[in-house]
Amino acid sequence: MKDIGEFLIEKGLLITAFLSIIIILLIIIFIFSEGLPFMESYGFLKFIFGSIWDPSSGDYGVLPMIVGSLGITSLALVFAIPLSLLCAIYMAEIAPKTMRKILKPVIETLAGIPSVVYGFFGLIVLVPIMRIHFGGTGFSMFTASIILTVMILPTIISVSEDALRFIPHEYKEASLALGATHWQTIKNVIFPAAIPGIITAIILGMGRAIGETLAVIMVAGNVAQFPTTISDPVRALTSNIAIEMGYATGIHYSALFGTAIVLFIIIIILLVVANYFHYKKKITIGGGYL
Amino acid sequence: MDSKYVLIVAVIIFISAYLMLTPGNQYERLQIAGSTSVQPVIEKLAEKYQETHPNVRINVQGGGSGLGIRTVEQGIVNMGMSSKALSKDEKNGLTEYIVGRDGIIIIVNNNNPITNLTSEQIRSLFSGEIENWNQINGSDMGVHVVVRESGSGTLQSFQDIIMIHTKIRKDAIVQSSTESVKQAIKQDPGAIGFISLANMDNTVKAIIVNGISPSAQNIANGSYLLQRPFEILMKGPPTGISKDFLDYVMGSEGQAIIQKQKIIPANQLKQ
Repeated sequence: MKDIGEFLIEKGLLITAFLSIIIILLIIIFIFSEGLPFMESYGFLKFIFGSIWDPSSGDYGVLPMIVGSLGITSLALVFAIPLSLLCAIYMAEIAPKTMRKILKPVIETLAGIPSVVYGFFGLIVLVPIMRIHFGGTGFSMFTASIILTVMILPTIISVSEDALRFIPHEYKEASLALGATHWQTIKNVIFPAAIPGIITAIILGMGRAIGETLAVIMVAGNVAQFPTTISDPVRALTSNIAIEMGYATGIHYSALFGTAIVLFIIIIILLVVANYFHYKKKITIGGGYL
Repeated sequence: MDSKYVLIVAVIIFISAYLMLTPGNQYERLQIAGSTSVQPVIEKLAEKYQETHPNVRINVQGGGSGLGIRTVEQGIVNMGMSSKALSKDEKNGLTEYIVGRDGIIIIVNNNNPITNLTSEQIRSLFSGEIENWNQINGSDMGVHVVVRESGSGTLQSFQDIIMIHTKIRKDAIVQSSTESVKQAIKQDPGAIGFISLANMDNTVKAIIVNGISPSAQNIANGSYLLQRPFEILMKGPPTGISKDFLDYVMGSEGQAIIQKQKIIPANQLKQ
């Protein structure tokens, strides 16, 4: 009787694990079956490298949106990585217990705020500030990346803080025993050992940034053209789908699925690259705890 | 413990049995699809209509005027909604019933001294030909154009009435709802955009176009340029439930609801 129970639970868990794989597969099949025929008939290269997106005259080039998405995301990472890593080091190594008890829930709250709230805050507060200080309309790649920075901070902070805390205590003790100062220990021992976990944190943050839709729609201006400066408005791949899906029919509809395929491929490429660095670092450091 | 489970299971069985046995097909159904601009008005009408006709289920879907025209022609839906008059090719055996008229208002920031524009000036502003307000005797500010996303009914009507064959400048900011267009204009002294009359309030300034102010009266008498009909499309003469709903929409009760949505109802229009 007990064996049957064990068996059922084991298989039940297996099914739930398979379920997520099946769901992912279904989504991939759906997106590709809707988008690929269009990409073939329109021309794969023309679609990816086309620089004009104008559905009313039959131009479907997604390159401006690829540049937009990557631009916003990389700018957000440039701001977020130093900020969040320093914050994580402070929380893991330096902050007294009471300080940490305050910081942790505050940062978790930051992660729990819905993106529409961030977007609305950006629209009402940030956009006018940007317009006054940087000119233009205030709707820009820069504004969007600032909002995204705030949105991905909590992800990167909490995951990399965990990574820093899970470094074996012996490492730290050995370093201090050799006469290294606290900062030297953090810089030369703890931080390098935690690199794989920190890379995971950055991947997660990047994933959130590139997939964010609503907040970006509200502050980025959604202009499908190449930005020449960071105060130019841009349109992200996600925004392109969300804005036009409500109306699109026929070839336009398929083109939006094509956009989804491009987004999907970009995310896969980024994940593969990031994972490569994650494992490469893990082997050279030898502190493979994460 | 066990009796608790039995009770929960019994309740679940009871509810699912109830849901399965209650026949859904005793209702008379009416399918409507089309313009997303007309959709909220028809939804409101459908809601009120169903209050007094509990045996009718009306399903209102968006998709755009084009979809409304196509699906009603193919007989997929009973009624189509369109926010533009049909062209000769589109007509194809369809009958148009104008339920009301909507005005499109050109709006600028409250601090912009400009109050009057001609339709040529509006076209030049939106095409990028005029890049600074001082080119048309305004203050020295860059022109920031805010438009709706491609596919939007309001954008389509604006394009048809004002821009005609000219393209809107490529770097125009795209906002995906009327409210965010208003928000963008409210906080930027150099911005210009357009919204539907129903969403107009005093946070932004309405422009007088060709000397005619965008009032309900001027839309009703046809003198204000930027206006569009809200139409219900049907294939062949209305019968049964379609006829009844159409009569309700055109009747005094329906027209009062339309007016409440800030659409000029058909019975106030001078034909």
